[in-house]
Amino acid sequence: MIGLQHYLTVSAMLFVLSIVGIIINRKNLILLLMCIELMLLAVNTNFIAFSRFLGDETGQVFVFFILTVAAAEAAIGLAILVVLFRNRRSIAVQELNTLKG
Amino acid sequence: MNFMDYIAAAPEMTLLGLICVVMIADLFIENENRIVTFWLSMASLLVTGVVLFATAPEARTVVFYGAYVSDPLSQVLKLGAVALVGVSFLYARDYLRANDLHKGEYYLLGLFGLLGMMIMMSANSLLPMYLGLETLALSMYALVAIDRHNVTSAESAMKYFLLGAIASGALLYGISWVYGVTGSLQFHEIAAALSADPGLNNLPLWFGLAFLIVGIAFKFGAVPFHMWLPDVYEGARTPVTLYLATAPKLAALALLYRVLVDGLGGLHDTWSTMIMFIAVLSILAGNFIAIAQTNIKRMLGYSTISHVGFILLAVYTGTQEGYAAALFYTLTYVVAAAGAFGIVILLSRRGYEAELLSDFKGLNARSPWFALMMLFLMFSMAGVPPFVGFLSKLYVISAVLEIGGIGLAVMMVLASVVGAFYYLRVIWYMYFEQNEDQAVLQASTETRLVLSLNSIAVLALGIVPGWLLALCIQVIA
Repeated sequence: MIGLQHYLTVSAMLFVLSIVGIIINRKNLILLLMCIELMLLAVNTNFIAFSRFLGDETGQVFVFFILTVAAAEAAIGLAILVVLFRNRRSIAVQELNTLKG
Repeated sequence: MNFMDYIAAAPEMTLLGLICVVMIADLFIENENRIVTFWLSMASLLVTGVVLFATAPEARTVVFYGAYVSDPLSQVLKLGAVALVGVSFLYARDYLRANDLHKGEYYLLGLFGLLGMMIMMSANSLLPMYLGLETLALSMYALVAIDRHNVTSAESAMKYFLLGAIASGALLYGISWVYGVTGSLQFHEIAAALSADPGLNNLPLWFGLAFLIVGIAFKFGAVPFHMWLPDVYEGARTPVTLYLATAPKLAALALLYRVLVDGLGGLHDTWSTMIMFIAVLSILAGNFIAIAQTNIKRMLGYSTISHVGFILLAVYTGTQEGYAAALFYTLTYVVAAAGAFGIVILLSRRGYEAELLSDFKGLNARSPWFALMMLFLMFSMAGVPPFVGFLSKLYVISAVLEIGGIGLAVMMVLASVVGAFYYLRVIWYMYFEQNEDQAVLQASTETRLVLSLNSIAVLALGIVPGWLLALCIQVIA
């Protein structure tokens, strides 16, 4: 029988994967954007599982809002990425080092 | 739901409607007439402020099925945010015109950000809180990247976006756990569920709480989640930094207060320890790293981190007095920050971005009035009496002493003494150093007037703080 804890475990694994992906990836900003999306999907899994478990629809409503916001966030992120690429001709993470101190 | 619901949310709806009008009007305005957008934005802020006054509730009103609250606290924060955004627009205008950045976007994104802040301040549920936060954050990411040909702007926007998105993810993950344990998203229902069943105060809830605090600390810019803040302050154009450094701090306070006090107040014993560690690290790291900075915007960024530490310590106390001190500190700090960044903006000219500490050398010989204003602001931030920064620190320290935090109080005093060094260095540069650059600061009459009032306010509030403190105590009670 697949219960709540199984869903929560999957969601926690997705969440950790996305964090690890953000930390170890030094090459490509687009991968970082993908990791952020994965993080939001992990949260969505959590919400759906809790919503089903509690028998309460609020969690599912929240998921729709998260999906919408994630789309807006991806749009802004990609727009900033384009601006960055035009200025630097590179989207490598390790080259984001003009500002430090 | 009835008609009264709409009255409670009238300021936000008015602002949204006016933003749409300004946005469409801006499409038809030629570039040389862009000043019209500025005045339209200012008019929108004025109308929003008037509506805020007109719809002020006498008591706490919860509307829209418990999702939205209109209470004295939200009124005070919203009025402060509207005023600060107006001041930011005014300071920014001449700079943007001189640097070919005078597009409608700055004002529009600023107004959308304000809308997000107002939603956060009135949120009574985690869902509107999140939506307001994202409205604010997405506007700010775009604002930081507003100068499209500037490499550092683009880089800081990217860093801000990435870390902000991760913070939102952590916050959401925390929200999902709190929802799963308590079965509700509304703050008063969460509080009721926690007090009804002490058994809920268990590991899964603490797990969610930890993620919530990480998200909140990120948004505040508290150590160890502060990495984005100095980079963004330095990389963004100065008017954008001015915007980021002022009104969003009020929204961050609303986020902290509503989530941790209104919602999870029953878990004070659990979260106060985490908040205390974050606050102490922020005060120490902020003050010590700021000493090493040569860039004024970066220095003010680290100074912000240390001030955030004070605000968090005031909230850590968990007493009415502490919350009032946190509100007082935030309100007065953002006034000083607005003035300081306003003067940094004035130092810049066309093609010359003044952002180094050494640009302040000899300011007294060039523009004695503005040097005096900067002196007021720096003294206030350093916490020198009779300026208001002294009193706000004093209230926080006395609130901490009240709950027996003698060690913390000593740490705050010592850190403030260390911090005074870098504020006084600016004053030293202005009054006792020479500069070959003899240009006099140029400012329009209204900027000059508002900037002077802004700086004199930190002195005036320091001399007559009673009404503001009484207001803070009254809205928290």
